[in-house]
Amino acid sequence: MFLVLFATLFITVILLGSTFDKLQKETIRNQVVEEVNQGTLKFESSGERSSYINNQTQFRSKIAGLDQGSLSPSNLIHRIISVMTLDLGRSQFFTTDYGSSNVRDIIFEKVPKTILLFTTATICVTIIGILLGTYVAGKEGSWWDKSNSIFAIFSNSFPTWWVAMLMILLFAYTLHIFPARATPLSSPSDPTYFLDLLYHMALPLITLIIVSFGAWAYIVRYFLINILNEDFIHAKRTMGISRRRILYSHALRNAGPPIATAVGLALAASFGGAIITEAVFDWPGMGKLYYDAIGVLDVPIIIGLTFVSTIIFLVTIFITDISYTLLDPRVKGN
Amino acid sequence: MQKKLLVGLLRSRRGIIGVSIIGFLLLLSAVAPLIIPIESYFRWNDPDYWINNPKTVAPFWTNFFGPKEFEHLSLDRNDAKVISELSEGIRVDNYRFEVNMQADSFPDDIMFLYSAKYGDIPPVLQIDIKRPDNNTFTVYYSSLPPSSNTNTTFSDRIFSTNENVKEALNQYQSLFYYSISGLEPQVVIFSDTNKPNVLKGVYQISEKFFLFDNYSSVQDVGLILGGKVFGIMGTDDLRRDLAVGIIWGIPIALFIGLTVSIFSIAIGLIYGVVAGYRGKRTDESMMRVNDIFYALPTLPLLILLSITYGRSIFLIIGFLLIFSWMGTAKVIRSIALQTRNFQYVEAAKLMGQSDIRVIFKHIIPQLLPLTFASIAIAVPAAILTEAALSFIGLGDPSLPTWGQILRDANTADAASRGVWWWIVPPGLMIALTALAFFLIGNTLDSIANPLRNRNKRA
Repeated sequence: MFLVLFATLFITVILLGSTFDKLQKETIRNQVVEEVNQGTLKFESSGERSSYINNQTQFRSKIAGLDQGSLSPSNLIHRIISVMTLDLGRSQFFTTDYGSSNVRDIIFEKVPKTILLFTTATICVTIIGILLGTYVAGKEGSWWDKSNSIFAIFSNSFPTWWVAMLMILLFAYTLHIFPARATPLSSPSDPTYFLDLLYHMALPLITLIIVSFGAWAYIVRYFLINILNEDFIHAKRTMGISRRRILYSHALRNAGPPIATAVGLALAASFGGAIITEAVFDWPGMGKLYYDAIGVLDVPIIIGLTFVSTIIFLVTIFITDISYTLLDPRVKGN
Repeated sequence: MQKKLLVGLLRSRRGIIGVSIIGFLLLLSAVAPLIIPIESYFRWNDPDYWINNPKTVAPFWTNFFGPKEFEHLSLDRNDAKVISELSEGIRVDNYRFEVNMQADSFPDDIMFLYSAKYGDIPPVLQIDIKRPDNNTFTVYYSSLPPSSNTNTTFSDRIFSTNENVKEALNQYQSLFYYSISGLEPQVVIFSDTNKPNVLKGVYQISEKFFLFDNYSSVQDVGLILGGKVFGIMGTDDLRRDLAVGIIWGIPIALFIGLTVSIFSIAIGLIYGVVAGYRGKRTDESMMRVNDIFYALPTLPLLILLSITYGRSIFLIIGFLLIFSWMGTAKVIRSIALQTRNFQYVEAAKLMGQSDIRVIFKHIIPQLLPLTFASIAIAVPAAILTEAALSFIGLGDPSLPTWGQILRDANTADAASRGVWWWIVPPGLMIALTALAFFLIGNTLDSIANPLRNRNKRA
């Protein structure tokens, strides 16, 4: 498990490292071109101009230590350490609410908001999913069951961010219930800021719930029906325990570990999907920052965010694995 | 087994729905080059190509539900009636367009297009509009700019907002019972003289060219009345016909979806079979590699890859492949582990057949039905991920894809402006395509998946 974790981290960092170099070189080049365009230097021919740009780019890359190749050991270690400590310098385009342009500050300001939105959504969806899934599992083949699986297939094929756009169209443009932009208007030091934040969170939250609860109920139903076919359930039936009780206490409990795994994986995946959903709603979290940073190619921010989201992803998977062993008595015995 | 799969697919209702949706999409993409010009595909992002269309207008069928808005009208040379006459050495070419005005609202603008070839003496252009109430407005009367050399071709478009047109219209104030100063020319031209409403009926709009020598000739004429509704899907901020974008999106989406899923399943199949068949340490290490890939966060890494290495469609397909084979490999491996111990496999091994031969001749054929199901199930994920990448702005910039149309819509704030025709159709197409493959995949899976069938029997 730890081996997998570490290997994943290592691959990501190597991938990030070479990307980092390439992007940084590009950024330096862009800077030089910009300076030449705005500066007072005059060139006689376009050839002279481009050779000046090339020379400057090479010179500055050398100063930044980019000429050694990203895979040389010293560079690699240096890079891994700087990425892991999020010591990535300053962002060129973004600042925190308090005006700091340090990458670490910016990212740490955004992370809680993403976690707030997506964890709330996942918790709501899980609760609705388990209740609904258990309900329809008890009525296998009924109208409820069928319409739930149809709904699950439909909501699986809709891109979340498209549903998000539709929700804005419906609730913000047509009905004027929620604001179209989810960034709160009041400043963070305002005492009502938190309420404002919650109000602006409503539409993204509703969207995330609508999009995924159907599929959730379907997964829960699938696990439960598998368990309901097991021999020990039949034994319990013959012992005279009511079907309701078997469903809600015995079957659901046994379905716990796989459901917990699924919750964890979904949570981990949802942070990745957050990039677009947040961008559509303008929710001031990591995803929105990511989206904006890609738009202006702010390298340090992109690298930092990729690293942080990898960490969050891996930690979530790790917690999921641990909770699996806690929930499943068979694994605990080993 | 393959035959059973096909029959089973066509027997289930879900399967039939899925197959017919995909059949419809394939049909549309096959006829697309016949019904829309191929140029529109290559020049999707070129604003010049779409200049004759109106900006951000709704589909024409919205007229059925509300006030009848003016439908965009674009007429070219072939729609004009040509009358050529010669008097006192001057040739007069008269191109007459007929416009039947039945809408409740005025056009947004009027454009008169022309192109003429002439020498030293520039021709004179006169534009007359004969209205249903038998008044004739001469809205433009001017000579074309002088040219220095013979044989120049001069093309231009006269907008209704042109100062000359405004001035020319002012002389007709006496016909109106209300003040027309301050009204836009396109409003005045189509107004009733008694009240400020649309005067319905047939208008004859003629572009008359007075040609003074033999070198002069009219090359092209055209008339565009800017409407508030256009086509079956309306247009976006860049005046692009959204119906065209939607249709070109079909083959691209199908191509991406199918290529990614077929190759990723093939990789997963071979990887899983080798791991499962070889077993022991090979299996162990191969599965650890699989776990590592499983634990990589897909979207962030996809973003990094396409920023670093480029965004052509083939690169994107390659990136998607990297992150999509692991699931299949895991499932196939667990089945191959069982297959390995079947007697016919052991018999083949005892007969001295090589591992590769056993794998390809005896194990993979057993797994093919499941593979087909997995391919269908993998398509939606590929389509959705590509759309997501396009939406972030990392799609292939030269292609009109649904994700990019939605990205443009989002950048232009279409949702909060209420431009629903820009948002609903592309997303619906993504959803429809994904849904069709889900349905097919689900049906095939329920027939072919041994794990699922075992649960059903129990």
